This record gives sequence, structure tokens and C-alpha cells, in this order.
Amino acid sequence: MKGMTLIVKKTTQLIAGMIFIYGIYVIIHGHLTPGGGFAGGVIIAGSLILVTLAYGGDFMKLVKEEAGTTIVESMATIMVIIIATAGFLFGTKIFFNNWLPKGIVGQLVSAGVLPLYNIFVGTEVAASIFIIFLSLIIFKEESPQ
Amino acid sequence: MELAISIITGLMILGALYAIHARDLLSSVIACGIVGYSLVICFLLLKAPDLAIVQIVVDTITLIIMVAVVLDSSREEAFAKLDTQGYVTAATGILMIGVLLYFFINAIQSMDTLGQSTLRMANYYIEGAAQKTGSANLVTGVVFDFRGYDTMGEAVVLVTAVLGVLTILRIKGKK
Amino acid sequence: MTAYVMCFILFLVGLYGVITRRNLIKIAVSLSIMEISTFLFFALIGYIDGGVAPIVDPADPVQTYVDPLPQALVLTAIVIGLATTAMLMAVIIRLYRKYGTFDIREIKNLKG
Repeated sequence: MKGMTLIVKKTTQLIAGMIFIYGIYVIIHGHLTPGGGFAGGVIIAGSLILVTLAYGGDFMKLVKEEAGTTIVESMATIMVIIIATAGFLFGTKIFFNNWLPKGIVGQLVSAGVLPLYNIFVGTEVAASIFIIFLSLIIFKEESPQ
Repeated sequence: MELAISIITGLMILGALYAIHARDLLSSVIACGIVGYSLVICFLLLKAPDLAIVQIVVDTITLIIMVAVVLDSSREEAFAKLDTQGYVTAATGILMIGVLLYFFINAIQSMDTLGQSTLRMANYYIEGAAQKTGSANLVTGVVFDFRGYDTMGEAVVLVTAVLGVLTILRIKGKK
Repeated sequence: MTAYVMCFILFLVGLYGVITRRNLIKIAVSLSIMEISTFLFFALIGYIDGGVAPIVDPADPVQTYVDPLPQALVLTAIVIGLATTAMLMAVIIRLYRKYGTFDIREIKNLKG
């Protein structure tokens, strides 16, 4: 698909990196400030959609990106279930147990297993939305009207 | 607070009425996006910053997908004369709306006014939640620790929706 | 009370759009409006007068927080709403490529 004009490309060069890092910041500080896994995940997906729309790309590159992103999404979902099941083995036998030590409220390394949950759920949400967008573009490329 | 929310919801109703009666499909889709952005203001007035962040970005992505579908088609709604079936459908719609509104007004007579609600589980979730889960953000603590099953279900629903979209939009296999 | 009734009227406007419109894009837009009114209703239930956002600041603890449970329910519902709207759009674009129209009565009369 064709990209956009030069002004959009230059603006994307300046901004897309900052949006991506902002998304990672919202995910990692999910247990201290408003945000969390879902909010950061959709922000990262937004920055990836911006780069794809502004620069375009030929067909084979988009198909390879889609194949790689499906693997990332499946791995993230499996890791969520593994961490949830690991609570079964350590400590009391409860599913979804919070089994790492909770530190002091308000520090970055605290709240047990919650930061790990935030990271994996954020990755999975970002990959899902990006796959939905890419498959729509590939469908339009494969069968032009 | 109730006055502010009522005014903003009134404007959202006007926007929704325009969205379903517009002749041009692109205008209708953009009006739907504007109703979603007004919801962000309501969330900020109701002290819910988490939801405001998610709703802004999700509404933008929904707008992108809808415009991508509308753009390469005829962008006008075909003018349809009202025949018998159209009149019957409209009458059924208005009747159902009247009945539902009457029952809803009866049902909320027993609710407290806005802001004085006494949900029983609220106290249990708020007191000591910071010590029990260890996180300063109470909404994250509820989503991932007290209600972890719902989050796992949501992850599975997202994977299923992606599988559905990938299956519907496949062209290979026609050879 | 007025806020609840206005929120339900928004839901009814969406329902009217789903019942009486013949264009597929209008049906999808009305479905999206119904979802938005549901999120607003949940956020209205959990509001407490004089409360602050549910973030605990360990330096000075506050007495009244807004209820975090309805916010947690709406948080996942918004993302799931996006996924279902995207799936509906995929079905609509397939229907348009095959039949050439968005009108549901003409599609029903054509029958493949």
C-alpha cells in the first residue's frame, strides 16, 4: 500500500517513538498511577498503526509482520496462564495467588506478581489490535476492487 | 455534578440522533466517534482516569477501522420509500421503546440518588486493599488480584476474536 | 435520577437505530452507541459524592474513595467492545464484496 505525503512521514518520524515509550511507561507503572496493562497495550498498538499507515509497505513485508505478531500474541497468553497456575504450586493452593513478596506500597518493585501480569497482558492486547488492523489491510491489497 | 452529566448526555443524544439519520455514511461514522469522545469527558467528571485513557485510544482505533470499511464503497445511503413493512417496523420500535422506558422508570425508584449509593462490597474492597494486594492503584489491584478470573477470560475472548477476524478475511484456498 | 434516565434514553436511541435502519453501517454505528451508554451507566453507579480517584497515596491517606469495582468491570468491557466491532466490520466488508450493496433487504432477496 502507498504511504502518505512527506509532511506526515516527517511528523511520524518525530512522534511515533515517543508514543511507544509512553505506552511502555504506562504499562510498567501500572500499579502506581492510573493506567495498567490494558491502557498501555492499546497505546502501543496505536503507535504501531500510525507507523504502518504513514509509511505503507509492500505486500510480502506485511504478511511476514502478521505471521510474527501472531506468535507474540500466543506466547503472551500462554505466559499469563503459566503465571496464574504457578500460584497453585507455591504457598497455599489457590489459583491466581499473589505469590511474590509484596513490598512497601508506593515503590516501583512492589505488589508481588502484578507487574508481570501487567507486562504480559499489555503485550497481548497490543498484538491483538495490530493483527486485526493488518489483516484488514492485507485483505484490501489481495483483492483490489 | 448531576446537572453537568445530564447536559453532556443530552448533547450525546443529539449526536446519536444525527448519526442514525445522516444521509452520508462518512458523516454518520464520524458522529459515532464524537459520541465516544464525549464519554471521555463524562469519565473524567466521574473520577475514573483509567477508563478515560482506554476510551480515547479505543475510540480512535474504532474510527480508523470504520472509515477503512466505508471508504471504498458507495458512500450514500440509498433513499428508501416507506412501504408497509417499513411502517410496521417503525411502529414496533416506538412501542417497544415506550414499554422499556416505563419499566425502567419504575425500576429506578428504589435506587438512591446519584452519589449516595451504598454498595455493600465497596467497603470491603477499599479498606485494607492497599495492604492486601500491595499496589497503590486500587483498580489494578481489583482487576488482577481480587478478580483475576475475569482478566483471564478477557484475554481468551481477545484471542478468539482475532481468530474469527483472521478466518473471515482469508482468500487463500480458492484454488 | 435525571442522569440515569438520560443514559437510558441514549440506549433507546441506539436500539431504535438497530431496529429500523436498513443500511449495515448504520446498524453497526447504533450497536456502538448502545455499548457506550452501558459504560456510562456503570460509571454512574459507582460514583460517591466528595470522593477522589481510587489511587492510594501513602503520604496522606484520604477517607473516601470512589468505588473501584464498576471501573474494573468497564475496563475490560471497553477492549472487548473494540474486538467485537472489528469482527462485525470484517463481516460487513465481505458482504459488500460479494453482493455489491449495504442494504439488508436487497441481500435477503438475492440469496446468493
